[in-house]
Amino acid sequence: MNRGVSSRLRRFLATPFARALLALLLMVGLGIAFNADGAFFRWSVHRDMLRQVSVYGILACGMTVVIVSAGIDLSVSSVLALSAVTFATLTLPMGWGATTAILAVLAAGAALGSLSGFLVARMRIQPFIVTLAMMVFARGLAKVVSGGKKVTNYVLAPDGSSQVVDLPRVFELIDSRVLGGNLSIVTVVFLACVALTWVVLERLRVGRHIYAVGGNAEAARLSGVPVGRTLVAAYALSGLFAAVAGICQAAQETQGDPETGMGYELDAIAMVVIGGTPLTGGKGSVTLTLVGVLTIGYLQKILSLNAAPEATRLMLTGVIIVCAVLFQRGRK
Amino acid sequence: MTPFPPPLLSLRSARKSFGPVEVLHGVDFDVLPGEVHVLAGENGAGKSTLVNILSGVHTDFSGTLSLRGEPRSFSGPADAAHAGISTIHQELSLVPSLTVADNLFLGRERVDRWGRVDFRSQEAEAARLLGEVGLHVSPRHVVAELPVSMQQMLEIVRALARDAAVLILDEPTSALSEREAETLFARLSVLRTRGCGIVYITHRMDEIYRLADHITVLRDGSRVRTDEARALPPEQLVTSMVGRDLATAGPVGSGPGTEEALQVTGLSVRDTRIDGRALVDDVSFTLHRGEILGLAGLQGSGASQVLHALFGDAAGPASGTFALGGAAYAPRGPADALRRGVALLTSDRKSKGLAPEQSILHSVSLSALAAFSGPGGWIRREAERAAVGAVVERLRLGAPSLDEPVRTLSGGNQQKAYLARCMLTAPRVLLLDEPTRGIDVGAKADLYALLRELAAQGIAILLITSELDELPLLAHRILVMHRGRVAAEFAGKDATKEGILAPAMGHGIGRMEDPE
Repeated sequence: MNRGVSSRLRRFLATPFARALLALLLMVGLGIAFNADGAFFRWSVHRDMLRQVSVYGILACGMTVVIVSAGIDLSVSSVLALSAVTFATLTLPMGWGATTAILAVLAAGAALGSLSGFLVARMRIQPFIVTLAMMVFARGLAKVVSGGKKVTNYVLAPDGSSQVVDLPRVFELIDSRVLGGNLSIVTVVFLACVALTWVVLERLRVGRHIYAVGGNAEAARLSGVPVGRTLVAAYALSGLFAAVAGICQAAQETQGDPETGMGYELDAIAMVVIGGTPLTGGKGSVTLTLVGVLTIGYLQKILSLNAAPEATRLMLTGVIIVCAVLFQRGRK
Repeated sequence: MTPFPPPLLSLRSARKSFGPVEVLHGVDFDVLPGEVHVLAGENGAGKSTLVNILSGVHTDFSGTLSLRGEPRSFSGPADAAHAGISTIHQELSLVPSLTVADNLFLGRERVDRWGRVDFRSQEAEAARLLGEVGLHVSPRHVVAELPVSMQQMLEIVRALARDAAVLILDEPTSALSEREAETLFARLSVLRTRGCGIVYITHRMDEIYRLADHITVLRDGSRVRTDEARALPPEQLVTSMVGRDLATAGPVGSGPGTEEALQVTGLSVRDTRIDGRALVDDVSFTLHRGEILGLAGLQGSGASQVLHALFGDAAGPASGTFALGGAAYAPRGPADALRRGVALLTSDRKSKGLAPEQSILHSVSLSALAAFSGPGGWIRREAERAAVGAVVERLRLGAPSLDEPVRTLSGGNQQKAYLARCMLTAPRVLLLDEPTRGIDVGAKADLYALLRELAAQGIAILLITSELDELPLLAHRILVMHRGRVAAEFAGKDATKEGILAPAMGHGIGRMEDPE
């Protein structure tokens, strides 16, 4: 009985999930050790950490799906910016209702993702190149939509006069908190994205197909898997989540900034990798990514609580990425 | 006795074991200067092991290897090549993105003391070497743009550039068209007159008798005989390769039904890489319910391409018609073929079958997921697990848990997992390409029994195997393929290994059928 439990525990400790969890616990331990005069023990600190990682985390969900398919999506940061400016433009100067604006932005994000997927699957261009091109293209498109400026509630009327319109309630809503002010809405959105990704990857046929294609595309094709459609679905999902992140970003910044989100794609990739999903595809999960997101979130939070300069933070993040991957590979 | 010159390369009582299994039992082998020495034998006879010893790949063997009378022991293939033994494998080892000259000097570039490569002198020397064998190509040409035959010749030139005394060629014509093969033969005879010793492995009878001065026959890891080619007629060669006839037990269970499962009429598949060559050339046959039809053929016979064409995955432009249970059948792709009840087990489990990290459960259910998913593709996991559990049990796949990754399974069990994936689609026709490749003897016997059971249940099976022993044990009927054509047909119980091997090597059907 006792031995059964200990062997099961040992089996569990050998799983990637246990390793990712251990890394996270290590990080929390560091937080307790360097608690900045007890600041680390206040829930508000954790709440803010969660709020700060949520936009990255939403991107990381889509990134997980694409990486499991043995691809990569560099365009998420630009699609985020495009979505942010589109959302701001639709709701502020154009005065669309929140629901229609959200649906339109989500559809646009998914469409851009599908286009990337189409180029990867049907045109057989490497994912890195396709999404690099999409990254540049979507950033440009964001500047076209916004006219190269930040889209704010300070709008130009047709007669040339400018006026300040009220910020639609949806901005405030997304940037507010629930549960008695203990959880940010963006964090709720992030967790919903995690749940949706989990359902897609673990419970739906398309998820199985994504793993199969990422594990061995030729074998998947010969097993009757529609490889092209599967890849399009994976990139579309990533585009959809980038749009969700873009709306959240716009709400948090109360404006649509065409320059926003620069470099976020690399943070998202780091979170996926630190969680333990390998870039080679066919393996990994969104629960791993959730742990990876929290690990990076705590690292940043602990460093800022202890007033570490930005240079130190960047260098330490680099070191942590390498350590995490080595730890994941661990004793094989 | 003819006074032979002393051998260039001489191997004495070579033994080689892999683990506890000895695969080469004290083989003697000599290569004389200026001769083509053909190494003949079935798959698994020990040819590759012998070649790997000669070329320095296997360094841990017992016995002595001498080159020009001096005992040598090589530290590796590079060492052997340096000593003058060059091997040209079936897979070419050129760097496609580099030029001809770069490839010829790869690893031994002419550099000055600053490490700068003297391209001019390399190109001049390359041009000289190419001219010597009459290969008309610029040293600056990028290798990827050259036809395969030219690349093969380049490998030979590279070997010559290293002053190879002995050249080992492993099935060099398998990727060549007829004309390209002719060029190769012409070059080989030039080399022969220059005193180069050539070891040549081939499955093609016409090549053996065209080129060979001597033939050494290997069987089950032992040398059966070494003879002058003219003293060894083809019939005797085949008998030597096969040895005594094995007792053949026909397939157990009821014979095949008479109900037609699959009809193939005039199937041809063209090769898009090599112009004018047909991978499959006008093949027609009928497969009945409950029948195991064996497709025998040596490498490059086109048998595998027949299976892929039937699965909607032809290697090139295909023509001909199929009928499935009497209805027209023109598969648009693997997914379509599977829907119609045709499943394929490819010969390459690793690269075209399983993803090693996927769980057994997910690997087996992959092709049949549609049957276990509801609206929106939501997978009914209990139904999936039950069905996979049942098929795994039916195939006697021993696995501690369905959730373990497939890489934890033995080769035989991986093959069963792969077969289980096919079976879960409830196929009417099962296409099996080398199902027993890379699995041990016990697992093979198990698989044979399984295939008989499946046939007895009414599934029509088209089976390719290069292990000719298997066919009479399993197949009701056997079609022998050679160069894309059906060269002979046997009833399973009448088949002998010689009977299969001779037409598979192109003996008795001749080249006269070839339109040239």
